[in-house]
Amino acid sequence: MLLTTLIFLPVVFALVVAALPEEKWVRPVSFVLSLGHFAATCLLFWRFNPASSALQLVEKHAWVPTFGVNYFVGIDGISFWLVILSAFLTPLAVLGSWTAIEKKVRAFHICLFLLLSATMGTFLAVDAILFYAFFEASLIPMYLMIGVWGGSRRLYATMKFFIYTMAGSLFMLLAIIALIFMTQEQMGQMSASVLDFYNLDVPFVAGDFLNTQTLLFFAFSLAFAIKVPMFPVHTWLPDAHVEAPTPGSVILAAVMLKMGTYGFMRFVLPIFPEASEYFAWFFMLLGVVGIVYGALVAMVQPDIKKLVAYSSVSHMGYVMLGLFAMNLYGTTGGYYQMLNHGISTGALFLLVGMIYERTHTRQISEYGGLAKAAPIYTIAFLIVTFSSIAVPLTNGFIGEFLILLGTFEANRWFAGVAVLGVILGAVYMLWAVKRIFFGPRGKALGHYEEESLDINGREIAVLIPLVILIFWMGLFPSDFLNWSKASLDNLVQNRTHYELKLEE
Amino acid sequence: MNHALLILTLLIAPLIGFLFNGLRFRSHNAYLAGAVATGASAISFLCSVTLWTKLVSLPVENRVLETKFFEWIAVGTLKIPFGFVVDQISIIMILIITGVGSLIHLFSIGYMSHDERPSKFFAYLNLFLFNMLVLVLGDNMLMTFVGWEGVGLCSYLLIGFWFTDPAKAAAGMKAFVTNRIGDAGFLIGMFILFFTFGTLDYSDLAAVVPKVAELGWTGPVTMACLFLFLGAAGKSAQIPLYVWLPDAMAGPTPVSALIHAATMVTAGVYLFVRLSAVLVLAPHAMEVIAWTGALTALMAATIGITQWDIKKILAYSTVSQLGYMFMAVGVGAFPAAQFHLMTHAFFKALMFLGSGSVIHAMHEEQDIRKMGGLKKYLPVTYITFLMGWLAIIGIPPFAGFFSKDEILWQAWSSPHGSKGLWAIGAITAACTAFYMTRLMALTFWGKSRVSPDVHPHESPPTMAIPLIVLGILSVIGGWIGIPHVIGEVLPGHPPNIFAHWLEPVVAKVEAGHGSAVMEWSLMGFSVGLAGIFAWLAYDFYVRVPSRPKAVAAALGPAYRLVENKYFVDEFYFGKIINPLVEASKAIWLYIDVNFIDKATYFAGDLVSGLAQLVKTIQNGKTQSYALYMALGVVIIMTVVLSS
Repeated sequence: MLLTTLIFLPVVFALVVAALPEEKWVRPVSFVLSLGHFAATCLLFWRFNPASSALQLVEKHAWVPTFGVNYFVGIDGISFWLVILSAFLTPLAVLGSWTAIEKKVRAFHICLFLLLSATMGTFLAVDAILFYAFFEASLIPMYLMIGVWGGSRRLYATMKFFIYTMAGSLFMLLAIIALIFMTQEQMGQMSASVLDFYNLDVPFVAGDFLNTQTLLFFAFSLAFAIKVPMFPVHTWLPDAHVEAPTPGSVILAAVMLKMGTYGFMRFVLPIFPEASEYFAWFFMLLGVVGIVYGALVAMVQPDIKKLVAYSSVSHMGYVMLGLFAMNLYGTTGGYYQMLNHGISTGALFLLVGMIYERTHTRQISEYGGLAKAAPIYTIAFLIVTFSSIAVPLTNGFIGEFLILLGTFEANRWFAGVAVLGVILGAVYMLWAVKRIFFGPRGKALGHYEEESLDINGREIAVLIPLVILIFWMGLFPSDFLNWSKASLDNLVQNRTHYELKLEE
Repeated sequence: MNHALLILTLLIAPLIGFLFNGLRFRSHNAYLAGAVATGASAISFLCSVTLWTKLVSLPVENRVLETKFFEWIAVGTLKIPFGFVVDQISIIMILIITGVGSLIHLFSIGYMSHDERPSKFFAYLNLFLFNMLVLVLGDNMLMTFVGWEGVGLCSYLLIGFWFTDPAKAAAGMKAFVTNRIGDAGFLIGMFILFFTFGTLDYSDLAAVVPKVAELGWTGPVTMACLFLFLGAAGKSAQIPLYVWLPDAMAGPTPVSALIHAATMVTAGVYLFVRLSAVLVLAPHAMEVIAWTGALTALMAATIGITQWDIKKILAYSTVSQLGYMFMAVGVGAFPAAQFHLMTHAFFKALMFLGSGSVIHAMHEEQDIRKMGGLKKYLPVTYITFLMGWLAIIGIPPFAGFFSKDEILWQAWSSPHGSKGLWAIGAITAACTAFYMTRLMALTFWGKSRVSPDVHPHESPPTMAIPLIVLGILSVIGGWIGIPHVIGEVLPGHPPNIFAHWLEPVVAKVEAGHGSAVMEWSLMGFSVGLAGIFAWLAYDFYVRVPSRPKAVAAALGPAYRLVENKYFVDEFYFGKIINPLVEASKAIWLYIDVNFIDKATYFAGDLVSGLAQLVKTIQNGKTQSYALYMALGVVIIMTVVLSS
């Protein structure tokens, strides 16, 4: 029952928040509840067996038996950390938005809990229809978060966000339906179980675009590529991020983008192995282009939040590059980078939000000399920056190194271009740091006393867990990767005849 | 104490110092911060000395002390331990780093005593020390890379230490980014070696590399060495990535002494000494390294002649001396490279600290045109600086003579060397003698041009002691590497201790050609050349001060080319960096905003246009809907079942 509890506990919490008699209790209660959910999620450390690549803690109940659709959830080493990451970031988002969300506080926290429920469901569902339902359901609270609590162009941003992702998912839904029909053909009865999809023989013809596997492969890939987002379907992301309130940005970047890469690992690579291999070059190319393109465009952004958003395009390009390198280094690195990106970009959005609350501007040109005005904030920002540009002994390095290593093994030319990202990452981040923190005092902090802009105890408390993770993940990656190793090995080694057993 | 514990203490001490000072970064107490930081550095030095005695007591063929603390990365066949090794190569490095480092820490107490944030400064300095020790002690290439990036990071923080000045912040960023270009090369070099030999461990690499040299340019070892050299060129300021080092002088002067002269910038040289067994298999890569080193040495030395900022001159001098070291690496003279690395650490750290003492005395003035005649105000600084000057221009028996001469001789006689390399080295030596004497003359000798409201004063003892110790080392530091031909004629026949010490661990290239007579004459020639050019500079800047202007005017455009550093920075900014920024703005505007977004709007309009059309079908009649539904089911079934 643990997984079901993890998925639906937030819904209960949302109801609790809705029923609170006074609005002033919403924040503390939400914080405690979200911590409780994280604590419950941590039970996984005892219940999950890292040595096995099988699907564990499985629960299965009939839902629509005619079409073989079940309420079917389970966890393996790939979903493991994504579930924990989602649960870990929610209390931080609550604490981090203590003063940022001023209107409709209750509704906001209800959205946050519903979003948590949907992300949990997305990562834990093993039934394709159930997955699809959660995948789509997650859009609604995010849509509301941006649309209600967002910035001035929030309506434009939400429409763009919604239409982009919906357009992609529709193709995925069609592809899922097609796969369900194929299970009937090949196995005698309809099943929406991903485990059955793995056993399907999806016909593939190399060199011909119009064959079943290729079409289904691209239908799924489009949905996930938009979510990641990969170049060139990334343009919804900067707008969504800029308009989203801080906690919205944090969850969007740290958790929701991972739904895309997770989708590639759960569906695309194992269900369509031949097409994945045949078109790997294409996705690696898009990954490499995304790395360089995202970095170059990030470099010239006048708005800090947009800069971080484009840096996400670059970082997620690394993840895709690693996954499509299809070897152990690339896959492991790509997976690790998903977590790293969650930590460091989540932290960056929190940091940007903290200073925005004080100065009410995100224009880099209006800053300068912040290091003197906010020394502790500066230290935190620098540490996160170093994680983001992959300085060794931070988490970012492990991911980036393994991805580049794997890419080099798969295709040295792509690796040769991808290392440009190592240079350009330093350029755009350090250039921003220089303009924001160094030099003479900028307009944005003109009338503030020395150090009066610095962050307070609550904000430090939000950042400390993230900073600890940055170094912990950088120094002892095995503490994290050992939980996923068996599943990642299984994905790489048995990709062409992938299957997930059920843990007895 | 067992060696693992010693290595741990050696590494942890500066880290604790960093945390102590880092956590109380607001403190203004330079003495407490400095004492803790210097103490941490001194503990590391004591550990290094103890490790050295342990190493000496081991048999020659087995001088290795290893320890692995934990497994850092283990993915597939990639196994990277957090492991460290003390052997003949790294012990020299850690003795230099912690020894010279401790002296510079001590010097900094006085130098930074009036600074606003001394704790922060000492915290960074200790953090640098930690990373530098990781760099040289790492037992595999990835651990070296950890330190490699770590020192770059500390360099970035320290160059931009006075960050309210935008130029200084920019210099820090320039250093980091230029280094990152090199680091990208380092990464690729590592990848090639890993996929060719299956390991990044230094001792495993030395064991598994083939014994036959590669002939072509595109073999894996050659490519790996060339990419690693890109990394080394970034860190050790060689063509084409040297541009960050002169700007790095924006940092406090002790930083220039420690990071940008004695230790960090020599990391590239260390890397190739460490990988000598691999490098000797790639003669083409060696050729590239030797010539790049030689050209860097010459180019930087010529620029040094025309500069007026005391620290900039020393910075170009450092670039030039590093060029010598790479020339040695390139001709396979690994002990000579590391020997020069060591003597250079002594005399260049000395001169940087001396310049710091001068700047301190002159109230932050760095322009040598506004100095002159300082020797009577700053006797200790002057005498010690004099030792450094004699060492760098290669006057026997000062330290620099032995190491530089060894490099020149190897450049001439090694099978990888050539007369051309030697000639460039000799011309560089002449330039070095000229610009260093010019620096001495304009700073310490001649008439005072100090402005009347500046009253130069000698520095306090905490600053004088490091100068004196380094001054002594600049005199005697070379005596452990006396070449065979000189040792033969000296009483007691002193051997070349340094070369013998390194012999078991560096790759040997075939013996060079050349007789003792030749060696003596070349030695005499280069010393004579240095003497002549030193005299010339003295004549220019002390005896006839009007002459330099006349000569500069006579040389016209050539002089301006050199004075403006060959316009390399202008080229990089004008032709690469600014166009890249403009291009990025353009792709953002044209691809993201105007193309992709417009295309999606178009798709959106198309959909809503279709919707207008389809709207007519939606006529509200149930019968029509039933028909559509039936049609839809038929179509879907047909498509799905026929596929």
